[in-house]
Amino acid sequence: MDGDRAEALCAAVRRCGEQGTSLRIVGSDSKAFLTDGDGGGPETPALSTADHSGVLDYRPEELVITARSGTRLEDLERQLTEADQELAFEPPRFHRGGTLGGAVACGLSGPGRPWRGSVRDAVLGVELCNGHGERLRFGGQVMKNVAGYDVSRLQAGAFGTLGLLLAISVKVLPRPAAVRTLTFSTNPGQALELCRGWAARPHPITATCYLDGVLHVRLAGAEAAVRAAARALGGDGAQDPDFWDDLRDHRLTFFAQPGLWRASLPPAAERPLNGCLISWAGGERWWRPDDGDAARGLLAALGGHGRPWDGSFGSRTGPHLPAVEQRYGQRLRLAFDPHRVFNPELAPAEGGRAD
Amino acid sequence: MTDDTATRRNRVESLLREVLPDGSLITEPRARRIFETDGLTAIREVPWLVALPETEAQVLAVLRICRDHEVPVVPRGAGTGLSGGARPRADGVVLGLSKLTAILEVDLPNCVARVQPGVRNLAISEAVAEHGLYYAPDPSSQIACSIGGNVAENSGGVHCLKYGLTVHNVLGVRLITFEGDVLELGGKTFDAPGYDLLALTMGSEGMLGVVTEVTVRLLPAPPEKRVLLAAFAELAPAAEAVGAVIAAGLIPAGLEMMDGPAIRAAEAFVHAGYPVDAEAILLCELDGVAAEVDADLVRVRRVLQAHGASEIRVAVTPEDQARLWLGRKSAFPAVGRIAPDSYCMDGTVPRARLADVLVRIGELAAEHELAVANVFHAGDGNLHPLILYDANVPGELGRAEALGGRILELCVAVGGTVTGEHGVGVEKLDQMCVQFDAPALAQMHRLKAAFDPAGLMNPGKAVPSLGRCAELGGMHVHGGRLPFPNLPRF
Repeated sequence: MDGDRAEALCAAVRRCGEQGTSLRIVGSDSKAFLTDGDGGGPETPALSTADHSGVLDYRPEELVITARSGTRLEDLERQLTEADQELAFEPPRFHRGGTLGGAVACGLSGPGRPWRGSVRDAVLGVELCNGHGERLRFGGQVMKNVAGYDVSRLQAGAFGTLGLLLAISVKVLPRPAAVRTLTFSTNPGQALELCRGWAARPHPITATCYLDGVLHVRLAGAEAAVRAAARALGGDGAQDPDFWDDLRDHRLTFFAQPGLWRASLPPAAERPLNGCLISWAGGERWWRPDDGDAARGLLAALGGHGRPWDGSFGSRTGPHLPAVEQRYGQRLRLAFDPHRVFNPELAPAEGGRAD
Repeated sequence: MTDDTATRRNRVESLLREVLPDGSLITEPRARRIFETDGLTAIREVPWLVALPETEAQVLAVLRICRDHEVPVVPRGAGTGLSGGARPRADGVVLGLSKLTAILEVDLPNCVARVQPGVRNLAISEAVAEHGLYYAPDPSSQIACSIGGNVAENSGGVHCLKYGLTVHNVLGVRLITFEGDVLELGGKTFDAPGYDLLALTMGSEGMLGVVTEVTVRLLPAPPEKRVLLAAFAELAPAAEAVGAVIAAGLIPAGLEMMDGPAIRAAEAFVHAGYPVDAEAILLCELDGVAAEVDADLVRVRRVLQAHGASEIRVAVTPEDQARLWLGRKSAFPAVGRIAPDSYCMDGTVPRARLADVLVRIGELAAEHELAVANVFHAGDGNLHPLILYDANVPGELGRAEALGGRILELCVAVGGTVTGEHGVGVEKLDQMCVQFDAPALAQMHRLKAAFDPAGLMNPGKAVPSLGRCAELGGMHVHGGRLPFPNLPRF
């Protein structure tokens, strides 16, 4: 049932501020596995946005949808599908859950990110409750808006540490008229080579994924354009149409084993390759390194970064950032949440917990 | 000037001279006057000093001296900004990045270029054109404006409907804060750990730090383009057709609109062959692979015809396309020929409200006894009403300012914004008070303080003080319209 719980949510935040306590922001709890290893634990009370839900404004010709943060992605997408539109950033739905607020707060973009943009690219405006319990609006519902600092996009990937998202406006795009997936039997090095060649050409590619000897390539656009590109690129196989959703939501068996890392790299980086699932034309890689420190060193040397895909993933301002960036991150956090009400364990205090 | 001030100034000047090469510190009054304004020429102030460092180390040294002596710093790119973001201060140093013009790296395998902030926007595309690549954002000043300035303003352009703004096309920056810290934000990757300070830097108008390096994405140049001109006998159906094109699932590379006064001014100026009896034209550019462009062209044509376009022309050859664009690109100087002065607005409105807003702008103009010409980025609802006036006629400037204020209030009232791409600078500080409430503005001030506790990095720009808004609020209620105390009465 849709409902407006904004006042109650802000009141809870104000209460925490007065009492010196903290809270853990939870949507549908589908991504808890990215933060719960981080000492958040059950002792920090949860504040749920799940019943603060509902689409507030949607006019397809504006290419914008505005919804309360607790709106479930599946409900949002049902409305978009009716108008033949979609969220181009393809937020993952782990365990088939996920809310709009959670998608923005965790900042995870799907298989089409290099071609169709990221979560933060799509964010146009937010209403948030800061650590004082104030309801603040930033950005708006229009594509071009440079009035004031871009506080809205800053929320993407902040894991709720800069405020409790109440409502969000995101850009949406028309669903492509035609979608087709090509497959190529190859090895990871050749797969990267192919992706590199295509990157400089105007093909209607909207996703790539190399896994287990096969490079999958998604084409999308006008029917004639997709047909022409399929002819030009070739390929040697047909594809299960659910592949991209399974990749997005980590339902492929590749993701099932423990020890997984996610890395973001310059797409042409020649390592790591072995045992990798390579998406984003090389820009995103998933694998299981034997030695975490060595992996970190390798990624840094290649101009990338990565970390274990586990409960430590959500520590945005904590470990593994240069000290100077941690310092500014902490200051920024305190500018929004001086009493450290929100998700305190995701933004350890300066000089606090060592990692 | 008191003795103390004079001593302090001499001290700062000699320290700057020590860290900057010959010719990189401008002290002579006539030379400093060159920097007294940016593209918003109505607002001028001669800076105390101008520093033009040649290296990042010199940028750091200038900032250190200014920090030690509490001197405000105003960063400046090419000086083409339209909102006074680079307006100098009589007690401050202009930190010009115009000598940092190196293209540091073109990384073809990763389709990125790493450049210094003074590199011109167009120079990036020119440098990579031989590889079939380009940098997509194309503000109208792209021949002159610098990438550092584009970052500061989050610049758009004619093609941002399809290709996005600066924020969508920059992957990394080096940001130097007033405290002298170097933040490496982003890089050649599609995301970065930590807060998205890269996104926050975009459009921050030089208030959070100085950008000394920018990594931009390069896209494959679209092989085919078509430009279509549709003429309409009335304004409203043209505006409605804009929303209909988008609603049909089409994303043109550009979708621009000109109204009757703008059409006739442009035609008289450059003879682009525009239909001078039309009350509106739409210029629609489609790009991509041939199959896609041809398919989209058929659909766009159908939508425009259904909305009553009286004439549709399609330009296929680059020469014909350039001719159709010529009128649009010359519209601002063309309008300048029919009125002694003009005042350009920059509000954005939801596309569905375009028709109402244009009609209402016409009514407001009549109420203020002034003419308005509209030339704008219709596809993303970014209006550029040009208010025509004559500063030599007593009262006209005042009426133009009042009308401008009413137009921007109208944009906010229908769910839009006071600035789509020109930035707030000093020009739209008052309108920010209409768009944001005091707690939101206070939050922005706290955000700035996190980067610049001393408050000396481009102070007084982009976010109005709460005192200013409170005062304005009182006047606003009293007078019934927005005054513009920051614009000089000339």
